[in-house]
Amino acid sequence: MIRAVRNYFVFLGRSAALAFDGDWRYYAWLGALTAMCAIGLNAYSHQLVDGLITTGMTDQVSWGVYIANFTFLVGVAAAAVMLVIPVYVYGNEELHDLVIFGELLAVAAIIMCLAFVTVDLGRPDRFWHLIPFLGEFNFPGSMLSWDVIVLNGYLVLNVYICGYLLYSRYRGQKPAKWFYIPFVFIGIFWAISIHTVTAFLYVGLGGRPFWNSAIVGPRFIASAFTAGPAMIILALQVIRRVTAYHVPDRALLTLRSIVQVSMIINLFLLANEVFKEFYTDSLHVASARYLYFGLHGHHALVPWIWTAIGLNLTAMTILALPISRSIKWLDLACVCAILGIWIEKGMGLVIPGFVPSPLGEIVEYIPSWNETLICLGIWAFGLLCYTLFLRMSVPILLGTLSQAGERNLVPAPATPRSDLPATNSAH
Amino acid sequence: MPRPPGATDMNENLPVPPSPAPEPASMSRRSFLRGSTVMAAGVAAMAAGLAPLRKLGDFGSVDEFLQAHYNELSPDQMSTVLSRIEGEVQRQYGVRPHVRDLKAMNGVEFVYALNLTRCTGCRKCVHACVEENNQSRDPAIEYIRVLKMPNGTFDMEKGDHNYAPESVPEPGFFYMPVQCHQCKNPPCVKVCPVKATWQDPDGITVIDYNWCIGCRYCEAACPYFARRFNFSEPTIPKEQLNTNMSYLGNQPRHKGVMEKCHFCVQRTRAGLYPACLEVCPTGARKFGNILDPHSEVSQILKHKRVFVLKEEVGTLPRFFYYFDV
Ligand code: SF4
Ligand code: SF4
Repeated sequence: MIRAVRNYFVFLGRSAALAFDGDWRYYAWLGALTAMCAIGLNAYSHQLVDGLITTGMTDQVSWGVYIANFTFLVGVAAAAVMLVIPVYVYGNEELHDLVIFGELLAVAAIIMCLAFVTVDLGRPDRFWHLIPFLGEFNFPGSMLSWDVIVLNGYLVLNVYICGYLLYSRYRGQKPAKWFYIPFVFIGIFWAISIHTVTAFLYVGLGGRPFWNSAIVGPRFIASAFTAGPAMIILALQVIRRVTAYHVPDRALLTLRSIVQVSMIINLFLLANEVFKEFYTDSLHVASARYLYFGLHGHHALVPWIWTAIGLNLTAMTILALPISRSIKWLDLACVCAILGIWIEKGMGLVIPGFVPSPLGEIVEYIPSWNETLICLGIWAFGLLCYTLFLRMSVPILLGTLSQAGERNLVPAPATPRSDLPATNSAH
Repeated sequence: MPRPPGATDMNENLPVPPSPAPEPASMSRRSFLRGSTVMAAGVAAMAAGLAPLRKLGDFGSVDEFLQAHYNELSPDQMSTVLSRIEGEVQRQYGVRPHVRDLKAMNGVEFVYALNLTRCTGCRKCVHACVEENNQSRDPAIEYIRVLKMPNGTFDMEKGDHNYAPESVPEPGFFYMPVQCHQCKNPPCVKVCPVKATWQDPDGITVIDYNWCIGCRYCEAACPYFARRFNFSEPTIPKEQLNTNMSYLGNQPRHKGVMEKCHFCVQRTRAGLYPACLEVCPTGARKFGNILDPHSEVSQILKHKRVFVLKEEVGTLPRFFYYFDV
């Protein structure tokens, strides 16, 4: 027992040590991200001192880019299952190790989500009121309390699965199926639930007709399964460029077909929504009209949403054409899809729900500088986390960081293990 | 990201690269030093970023931080809390207030009725409310919104929130004050993740300002734009502070929490009318106990053709509008 604990701590220590070791490019990257985090932290300190008045939010538009980014990132986190399903449900072993990269991305995304919610609170020092049993948890009444549970649960699930698989690999053991397969399957449903619950945050509000529509949930899922895998495609390419880890093109192409289908569904659902709003043309169309065409001379969101639609259509066109089998075009499509959906989910969904206000007042929202810096800081922090996670996990997956290597300090070069992804599989 | 020694550019078209060399089992002294330096630099950068926090002086005491939810406070704890608040107010404003914890009375359910024929849009209620309830003057927080509506429509998008003519009323318009409707089925209460806002037995939806975490979900949920958030620390001139306070009512709030109209609990639970009613020069405002069949509001609800705003959202407001004719 003691030995096992010791081994585990040696593992943690060695991984952590590795996380801060690398060549100058690695340090430059970490340095840039850390600097950005520090700037964000500085902006957040200003917000703590002066209050949320430092943001662009008002009583009329009471949620802004924090909640918009939160919503988007929940989708990214949920999309990790898009790698899990092919591997565990359809037995596509080729993607097996890539699942870990997807789940680590989910972990980083959830960390960002929690950070975005925290910076949105007026009294972050009272966060403990949200802790079940300790505080006063409005469960199951409030969708926000559901969100707290599902997000933290998802975080724990993914940390556990990744941690277990990596530790087994480190020790050179085959992971015991019973220790993780059940959790993988729970994780699949959980992933859907985090995004559905997040959609329900909005859907459940009868006083906001723009959100109070059953299609918002499905739209969330469709857009998440577009932007999330697109992000994983980009991440995997970064991994294969800067590490020795080999990611076969075929993996990217599997993800491509997921992005393809989800993007079509996403735009289809969007078209449904647009039809319902504008053909009915009831008073409730006001928010949608504000979003797409402007209302009574207020146009702040119009350029955003048309940019998003343009990007999404570009992405869909590229994906529908055979050229997207070439990695360059695929990358372009992914970037378009990510940006398009980020705008659509953020500025395009959260903000128009507040405009016009329930009393018909039009107050526009533009994020302040301070708010923007906080957002950039959180994104930098997320990237920093993901970088460190990869820095620790890639050597383990490659077999270059292992328990065997712990014993003989100058080990012989490791021979590739048979269960490692075959590096020549693409041929 | 580092490139382990021995790794070559990865490309689908290249032959299988040599397997990468193992990571050293223990870091060399140099890389250890390097790693620690990097971490130290990172920590220093973060600490520097936090510098503005030195100005953070008003985040409340430890007692306030640990204070339990309103419903969990024993009477003893409540009196400690009340005297603590009195002390805090005294320190901040130089006057000792009288802070009470007024509970809902038995057999009472408050209802408001507003006569749109009489309302002239003078906004006296708005200002009386601000003074009575210790709302922030800068930034200005007002619980009551008066809409100037063109005759012939109830489309609130056609309403004017910022009308400022020489004199009111203007011909061709009617005026519609909106404040918290104290809904019987309040969405704001349903969504609050920490039960910081709830409906008391007398029908008033109150907020525990010392428990609210400031997530603003209730503000998004309210269909009547009744809630107001303290985006910054409220400012009230010392001499204008109303020292007759109640915990769930007009005790001074701090930045980062929600507030809204509570039918002046510090007055109405002590047998007085709300401030907005008392100040109204036209008698457009009526307030009382709906459980008492002889009360003015009961009579109005029985004999006038009353209506509520946005009936379709199912909030069942306790705030009724009616016309005389
Ligand atoms: S009017 Fe708004 S704040 Fe007041 S009880 Fe109804 S939902 Fe809540
Ligand atoms: S802002 Fe306060 S009262 Fe409103 S939902 Fe959040 S915690 Fe509850």
